[in-house]
Amino acid sequence: MNTASVSLGASVSSQSRIMQLALAALLGIFVVGFVGFSHIDAVHNAAHDYRHSMAFPCH
Amino acid sequence: MNLFRNVVFIAAIAGLVAGIALACMQAYATVPLILKAEVYEKAGGGHHHDHAAATATNNNAMSSAAPADNAMSSAAPAPTEAAAPAEDEGWAPADGLERFAFNVVANIVTGIGFALILVAVSEFAGGIGNWRQGVFWGLAGFAVFTLAPGLGLPPELPAMPAAELLPRQIWWISTVAATAVGLGLIAFRKSLTLAILAVVLIVAPHVVGAPQPDSFETAIPEGLHHQFVVAVTLTDLVFWLVLGAVVGVVRGRFTGTATSLRGSFA
Repeated sequence: MNTASVSLGASVSSQSRIMQLALAALLGIFVVGFVGFSHIDAVHNAAHDYRHSMAFPCH
Repeated sequence: MNLFRNVVFIAAIAGLVAGIALACMQAYATVPLILKAEVYEKAGGGHHHDHAAATATNNNAMSSAAPADNAMSSAAPAPTEAAAPAEDEGWAPADGLERFAFNVVANIVTGIGFALILVAVSEFAGGIGNWRQGVFWGLAGFAVFTLAPGLGLPPELPAMPAAELLPRQIWWISTVAATAVGLGLIAFRKSLTLAILAVVLIVAPHVVGAPQPDSFETAIPEGLHHQFVVAVTLTDLVFWLVLGAVVGVVRGRFTGTATSLRGSFA
C-alpha cells in the first residue's frame, strides 16, 4: 500500500486492493464495451448517435 | 469491498457530470451533423447502413433536433420524397426527444464506465489527488481512447464507406490497449529500454494499419466530414478533461473524510 498518499481503501490488504481495483476496471470495460461495441441491433440503435460521436466503429 | 464501493461511487459522480456535459455538447456539435449525413444516406438508398433512423418525419427531425443547423456551412440536400424502404432493423428510438434521451443515457452510462477505468487505473498509481492531476489523467484518457484510434479510424458519419465492422472493432480495441500500456510505461517506468518499447507499442497499430474500405467514394461532402471530425475530437477532449477533474475533486473530498473517519471504523 502506498504510504505517501492518502488511499481510498486505507485498511485493505494489498492483494485485496488489487482485486477490487481490477474488478472495478473490468466493470468499466464491460459497460463501455456493451454500449459501444454490442452487435445487438436495439443496443446499437439506442446508442447510435453516441457511437458516432465517440468515434466508435459503427455499422 | 470498501475500496470497490468507493471507486464505484467516485466513478458514478464523475461519469454523471462528464456524461451530461458531453451529451449537451453533442446536441449542438455532433448530432446535427449526424442528422445531416442521414439525409444523404437516405437519398443514396441507405446502402450498407443498418441503423434504423425513423423513416418518417424526415423534415421534423431536421428542424427539431438540429438547433445549430444554421450555424453549419454545408447545406444539406432536400430530403428525398420517397425514402428507401426500411429494412428490418429492429427497434430504434423515435427521432426527436426520445432519440436525444437515449443519447443522454448512453453518454452517462459510458461516462461512468470510462470513469471506472480511469479511477481504477489511477489508484494503482497512487490516485488522482486534485483537479489538476485529474486534467492530466484526462488528457491521457483522451489520447488513449480518442486520439490514437482516431488516427487510423477517424470519426465517421452515417453512410460513409468503412471496412467490415468486426475487424475495425478489433483494431480499435488493440490500439487503445497498446497506447494505454505505452503511455503507462513512459509515465511510470524510468527505464530507457521500456520507454523505447512504449514508443514501439504506440506506433505499432498504425504500422499494421486500420482496416480500410475498398473505396472511399461517398455522397457525404468532405467539408461535412471534416467538421464532424473536429467536433468529435474537441467534444471528447472536453469530456475527458471534465471527467478527470471531477474525479480529482470528488476523490479529494472523499479521502479527506475517509482519513478522519478511519479511526472510528477501524
